[in-house]
Amino acid sequence: MFRKRFPPEEERRVRANDREYNEKFQYASNCIMTSKYNIITFLPVNLFEQFQEVANTYFLFLLILQLIPQISSLSWFTTIVPLALVLIITAVKDATDDYFRHKSDNQVNNRQSQVLIRGSLQHEKWMNVRVGDIIKLENNQFVAADLLLLSSTEPHGLCYIETAELDGETNMKVRQSVSVTSELGDPNNLFSFDGEVVCEPPNNKLDRFCGTLYWRDKKYTLTNQNMLLRGCVLRNTEACYGLVIFAGPDTKLMQNSGRTKFKRTSIDRLMNTLVLWIFGFLVCMGVILAVGDAVWEREVGSLFQSYLPWDPPVNNFLFNAFLSFWSYVIILNTVVPISLYVSVEVIRLGHSYFINWDQQMFCSQCNTAAEARTTTLNEELGQVEYIFSDKTGTLTQNIMSFNKCSINGQTYGEVTDPLGPQAKRLDFTPFNPLADLDFCFYDDTLLESVKVGDSHTHKFFRLLSLCHTVMSEEKSEGELVYKAQSPDEGALVTAARNFGFVFRSRTPGTITTTEMGRPVTYTLLAILDFNNIRKRMSVIVRSPEGRIRLYCKGADTVLLERLHPCNQELMNITSDHLNEYAADGLRTLALAYRDLSEDEWEAWSESHRCADKASDCREDRVAAAYEQIEQDMMLLGATAIEDKLQEGVPETIAVLSLANIKIWVLTGDKQETAVNIGYSCKMLTDDMTEVFIINGHTVQSVRQELRRARERMIELSRTRDGGKESGMEGWGEAYFSGNGLRGGQEGDGTESGGGGGGGGKPPQCPPPPPPPPPPPPPPSPPSNLMDNVSGEFALIVNGHSLAHALEADMETEFVSTACACKAVICCRVTPLQKAQVVELIKTHKKAVTLAIGDGANDVSMIKSAHIGVGISGQEGIQAVLSSDYSFSQFRFLQRLLLVHGRWSYLRMCRFLCYFFYKNFAFTMVHFWFGFFCGFSAQTVYDQYFITLYNIVYTSLPVLAMGIFDQDVPDHRSLEYPKLYEPGQLNLLFNKKEFFICITQGIYTSVVLFFVPYAVLSDATQSNGVPLADYQTFAVTTATALVIVVSVQIALDTGFWTVINHVFVWGSVGCYFSIMLALHSQSLFRIFPNQFHFVGSAQSTLLQPVVWLTIALATAICIVPVLAFRFLKLDLKPQLSDTVRYTQLVRQKKRKPAGRSVGSAWRGVGMVAEGRLGARGGSRRSGYAFAHQEGFGELITSGKNMRLSSQALANFASRHSSSWIDTLRRKKHNHTHTPPSASGECSPAPSCVSGLFPLGPQKPIQLQHRAQSQLHLQGPAQAPSSSVLGSSAVRCHGGDSPGGWTLSLGSVQEALFGWKGFAGRSGASNSQGLPPVAKETSHIE
Amino acid sequence: MASSYNAKEEDGHVPGSAGHGGAAEAKSKKPDNTAFKQQRLPAWQPILTAGTVLPAFFVIGLIFIPIGIGLFVTSNNIKEFEIDYTGVNSDSPCYSCATNASWNNTTPCLCSLNFTLSQPFESNVYMYYGLSNFYQNHRRYVKSRDDSQLYGDPNALKSPSKECEPYRMSGAQPIAPCGAIANSLFNDTLELYHIEPNGTRNLIPLVKKGIAWWTDKHVKFRNPEGNDNLTVAFQGTTKPVNWRNPVYELDPSDPENNGFINEDFIVWMRTAALPTFRKLYRIIQKKSGPTPTLPSGNYVLNIAYNYPVTSFDGRKRMILSTISWMGGKNPFLGIAYITVGSICFFLGGGFKQAALNIWSVHGILGGVELSD
Repeated sequence: MFRKRFPPEEERRVRANDREYNEKFQYASNCIMTSKYNIITFLPVNLFEQFQEVANTYFLFLLILQLIPQISSLSWFTTIVPLALVLIITAVKDATDDYFRHKSDNQVNNRQSQVLIRGSLQHEKWMNVRVGDIIKLENNQFVAADLLLLSSTEPHGLCYIETAELDGETNMKVRQSVSVTSELGDPNNLFSFDGEVVCEPPNNKLDRFCGTLYWRDKKYTLTNQNMLLRGCVLRNTEACYGLVIFAGPDTKLMQNSGRTKFKRTSIDRLMNTLVLWIFGFLVCMGVILAVGDAVWEREVGSLFQSYLPWDPPVNNFLFNAFLSFWSYVIILNTVVPISLYVSVEVIRLGHSYFINWDQQMFCSQCNTAAEARTTTLNEELGQVEYIFSDKTGTLTQNIMSFNKCSINGQTYGEVTDPLGPQAKRLDFTPFNPLADLDFCFYDDTLLESVKVGDSHTHKFFRLLSLCHTVMSEEKSEGELVYKAQSPDEGALVTAARNFGFVFRSRTPGTITTTEMGRPVTYTLLAILDFNNIRKRMSVIVRSPEGRIRLYCKGADTVLLERLHPCNQELMNITSDHLNEYAADGLRTLALAYRDLSEDEWEAWSESHRCADKASDCREDRVAAAYEQIEQDMMLLGATAIEDKLQEGVPETIAVLSLANIKIWVLTGDKQETAVNIGYSCKMLTDDMTEVFIINGHTVQSVRQELRRARERMIELSRTRDGGKESGMEGWGEAYFSGNGLRGGQEGDGTESGGGGGGGGKPPQCPPPPPPPPPPPPPPSPPSNLMDNVSGEFALIVNGHSLAHALEADMETEFVSTACACKAVICCRVTPLQKAQVVELIKTHKKAVTLAIGDGANDVSMIKSAHIGVGISGQEGIQAVLSSDYSFSQFRFLQRLLLVHGRWSYLRMCRFLCYFFYKNFAFTMVHFWFGFFCGFSAQTVYDQYFITLYNIVYTSLPVLAMGIFDQDVPDHRSLEYPKLYEPGQLNLLFNKKEFFICITQGIYTSVVLFFVPYAVLSDATQSNGVPLADYQTFAVTTATALVIVVSVQIALDTGFWTVINHVFVWGSVGCYFSIMLALHSQSLFRIFPNQFHFVGSAQSTLLQPVVWLTIALATAICIVPVLAFRFLKLDLKPQLSDTVRYTQLVRQKKRKPAGRSVGSAWRGVGMVAEGRLGARGGSRRSGYAFAHQEGFGELITSGKNMRLSSQALANFASRHSSSWIDTLRRKKHNHTHTPPSASGECSPAPSCVSGLFPLGPQKPIQLQHRAQSQLHLQGPAQAPSSSVLGSSAVRCHGGDSPGGWTLSLGSVQEALFGWKGFAGRSGASNSQGLPPVAKETSHIE
Repeated sequence: MASSYNAKEEDGHVPGSAGHGGAAEAKSKKPDNTAFKQQRLPAWQPILTAGTVLPAFFVIGLIFIPIGIGLFVTSNNIKEFEIDYTGVNSDSPCYSCATNASWNNTTPCLCSLNFTLSQPFESNVYMYYGLSNFYQNHRRYVKSRDDSQLYGDPNALKSPSKECEPYRMSGAQPIAPCGAIANSLFNDTLELYHIEPNGTRNLIPLVKKGIAWWTDKHVKFRNPEGNDNLTVAFQGTTKPVNWRNPVYELDPSDPENNGFINEDFIVWMRTAALPTFRKLYRIIQKKSGPTPTLPSGNYVLNIAYNYPVTSFDGRKRMILSTISWMGGKNPFLGIAYITVGSICFFLGGGFKQAALNIWSVHGILGGVELSD
């Protein structure tokens, strides 16, 4: 807020370790604030916000009007009581919400980080971190602000980060510090660092940073490669130091999280429109009555003055009419009672609680229940038409598993009998002590094949163990940890490891593996690195025997073209397998090798060297060199990796699409990956008419591609619809039969055609021109044509194309194409684009959108969609925090929408219909009475009745209906997804329904006024006293009204729980008792001026005529409604009615609830599933590889190699110390030690020698025990003792993160053996043990 | 945020050892499995099927039609006689009174009307005066009273409510009773004579007690307390502008019927709901013996014509009526009941036919049939 006053930053200057200098610029601190109010501003700001609601202002205005005596037709409390009630309830709710926001802000702001202050590391809260500070980050810590990486413990100032929170990509990224700063290793040197950074002002571009570092009179260019952004997590790096450049709200993370928008539901908007209409209606009625008043006052009133003179300021009939208008505005205002808004809020709150309470949306694994974080959107859940989903972490678990493979024409991993007993998971341990225990594989024939020594199988796994860029880390003998840059590679290498080809370690020039228990070291001659164009990677290695071999893995489309001709037969079989895998949605890679002679290698090596050194077109030349050697390869087989979907994803998607919800996947992933997931979660199927891929790099090409897609769609649907038409049929068929293949090739074609080939048409793209050339289609098919395109199409859009498609003039084109498709997948999408896509649909389609995601990269999308759903998964809780609903499994979405959403919508609609009805019935009586009381704005009812009608007499039954009503039980709405459709089409409450409601209300008011009028005007009591006095009339009408609306709610309620009974009967009872009380003598005796109606209730309700009148009025009001509803149900039943009726019939028959009824609908889903699982005939590359270019280079340069095993061990020990640190900190907080106190525990490298500043007694004892146990019982007992040991260490480890940098030397090495043993004996706990054991050893 | 952050850190280091920390004790957040929270409350789910709706229509018909017939017959048995004595036409005996009537007249204008009852009126006969086009239900009129004053509150007596304006104060003195309603008290006096066939006029005794609501007479209206002498009690107040006598002299014949508890006054103060209304004026008690209360024959109505209505086009009537258990004559109610009952009855029949036709074509409920 303060910063707004300063001119926007032009550039940012930050000087390290110089707070005074940096403070001059008033940069934002690292404190973030998402809350809206504080204690002082709460009341005014909240009231201001509340009075921005039209309704609230309107009621305030009415209240002011009522204070004018000439106008006041009601007592002031009839308005102020409900208004105050509303304001208070809303204020309390807002205050609670904001309180939680404060709390979460505080939590984040109070996270600890280590800041270098005056040469020493001190613990500081995140909020106290300033721009220019130097922060130490440890492994697995969140980055606190946008940092410039200065140095790290890794060689060459490298560090690894995971950016899942930022962009959702879970593969690791490398960041490197500028070389000069990477040499400043320790805090002392860093303290003297006083470089100054000049860089761009804060912005939201995640992938760009430009700045300059000035230090010691030298300039160093800074790029994004040097930055660690807030929201990232440091991985596989022991620690690093960074200089804070942007803090708090200036960080790219915060800049990317758009502003919180207040979300309104479409019902809300409709309601507001209707309220405005009603207001107009009110004015009309006011005008009519005012005109009537003018006429009456002129014709009658002026003559009647001897009995009833005008009020003093009134001196003519016109002025009187003017006042009468306002008087009527006041008494007729109850057509829009303020209790409408409160009731709506209450109902929504109730629905939110039902969502929170739903056991079937509770995930027991992660112990999280679904949560409705926004309580105002529930009914919109019943109207969703578009779902925008993130991929990673939402649809998938982001776990890759080696699922199937094809080796030399033989496929493995096929579970033969899906209905048979669950195949047993293979146990690799007896065969291979180095096996990864988490690895799952079920087909033992493969293991047999390895064991018998099948040479192809061996080659296959050898390739997998050699051809990759994975880094290994062996903390102790046999305990391998692979650090894969992409999870696919990790899965492959792990598979090879388990099948006996264990990748152990690598150096820039060698790869060491253990092949079937025998250590082998290969010389690594070259890595032909992966990139998107090549879509393959190769290594050239020299085996110990001296044979040179090239191993290659890559996309089948690319690889199969480069095989030796003799592979033809195998290739056919393998590509069949590949198709099968791809059809199952697996990510496939083809594997091949080539033996090279020494000469070939020499020659190629030379040419490669030349290419590498070439100054111009280096890339092309290198690519050509690669191309040259990757020829004539021998096919080995193919792998299929499963990107594990979350539980129930395909089923959920099937059900949702049966409910007519369109699902778009927006992912930051690559096209291949995204498409693969599209297939595996059954969004895309091989049965689809055509899959279009938009891949253009320029506006023109994108436009062209979109147009072409649409033309094709129209063509194809024409062919389908009018298939019988002659002429068209011939070439249409040709298109149709060829399209599947084309769809597949098109994508690959454009890909391999080169990223740069944007403008031109992709080479393979044009279809074979049909013999009679089709007439040129219209340049841009009109969109109405697009609406009735039939057939299943899918669209895949690439990020760069999407950028063009989202440009203003392309929007409509994109929308009309995309919306005709059943499935849309956008890949390589930035967070901002995600939001743009959502906005696009929101504005162009006027449909309700829902965005679901789990990462920080989904936040913008979640915020801009009508409904944002956060998956509380692994990727932090950024998404959850900005979401409206959160749960932990994608599959809960179907329950959220089809059950809760549907019910919510239904209930809300029924509620609104009834609510408007009852208020029109109530209010319009005044209008009719106006014609009989000289248009004087005399009310028909007692003022207390007017006050209480909406808040007491009629509120609870309708609330109960709005909260508890159900038309069909929950499982039925999942069985019949079609039941969801009325919500999407907005059938249950729209303007038409509204008019029906108010017509019914007006009809009721006519009956309620004229029936008593006709009956009572001449009627008398049984003692001769006329009944036509005002008070009797008022009581009769009011009672009739209450009874009529109660009967009506009874008709509307479809689900009579105990609560409904209590509320409906209770309200009627309440009406009578309150009325009798208000008309009682005792109240009158106290306030004779307030209770004019004394005795009316008693004397009126004792008259049989009154009851006969009420019964008559009720019958006249209800019978037509009943007849109408019955006819509607009988002649035009809705699906829900039919389902409900069947339910009723079944209940009556007392049959066991057979599920066969649902089969008709569910069948569709089943069929879809079954079909999806089937093998598609089309050829589709399942290739997907979440890989990035450049890792090969990193390996061969040796930059990321660890220097020695000692350093490795060293790392491991520190690694665990930071974990201990965390626990320790927890303990700290627990004992209420102020965080600053941790500073006093000076980093004491010697603390092992018995200096325990914080835990003086217990740790020592524990330590002694641990030691003694170790001594006495030896390694066999290690697991139990190590637990104690670890707890001892935990107590002081945190104080001295630097303390563990001691070299462990021989102790460490000696322990390796022991550890190997421990690892094997305590197999189940092996992963938990190592660090613990190490700590113990350390203490010794 | 912080919690997940720590959890993450731990996960990275000690997978599998979670049970050893706090996670094992962590309470399950699983929602309770109660019928209420899971929305599985037992419920009655009515559905409008032919089996429920059609009988309902028949039942309504069967109930309404007899009631309607009963009401109609009862209403027809009630005898009612109504005579307009406004005197709008020049041939009317009250024409001159009507033209001259004003609030300022000190002497009443007398006129009399002859009429004939063709049928004898049995049992108690109630005599009403009726006014038309008189807006007792006008908002400003309705509120122009002070119930505290009428309840005998001494403070309100001396300083009436502002609602009474402009009939609140007369000069410096407060008006009792204040307000427009009281000010416009109906003050015609009606006398009824039976003219026997031999020409003698018999004054028919009119009972003026028991014409007001019990609660009005005994609760709502009270004379100022403290003094038995009403003149003293109302000292310091003045009569309403249009009145001839102060409130404590409303009924010279019966001292108990004076002040605020005068029944004519109470009846007037109970404002009518509609601009055409009737108010109970007197009761003609049933005579002991077989003679009807009002035998058929000629009658004369003597009117002390004080109440001007012609200025605003009003009408004045005198009504004589007998009464039954359901009150006075009310043909509408019976007819309405018969109509509604018949409609229901026919609807039931018609729907039954329609439903049968639809079933034969479409099966149960028409539309989509679900196999079971």
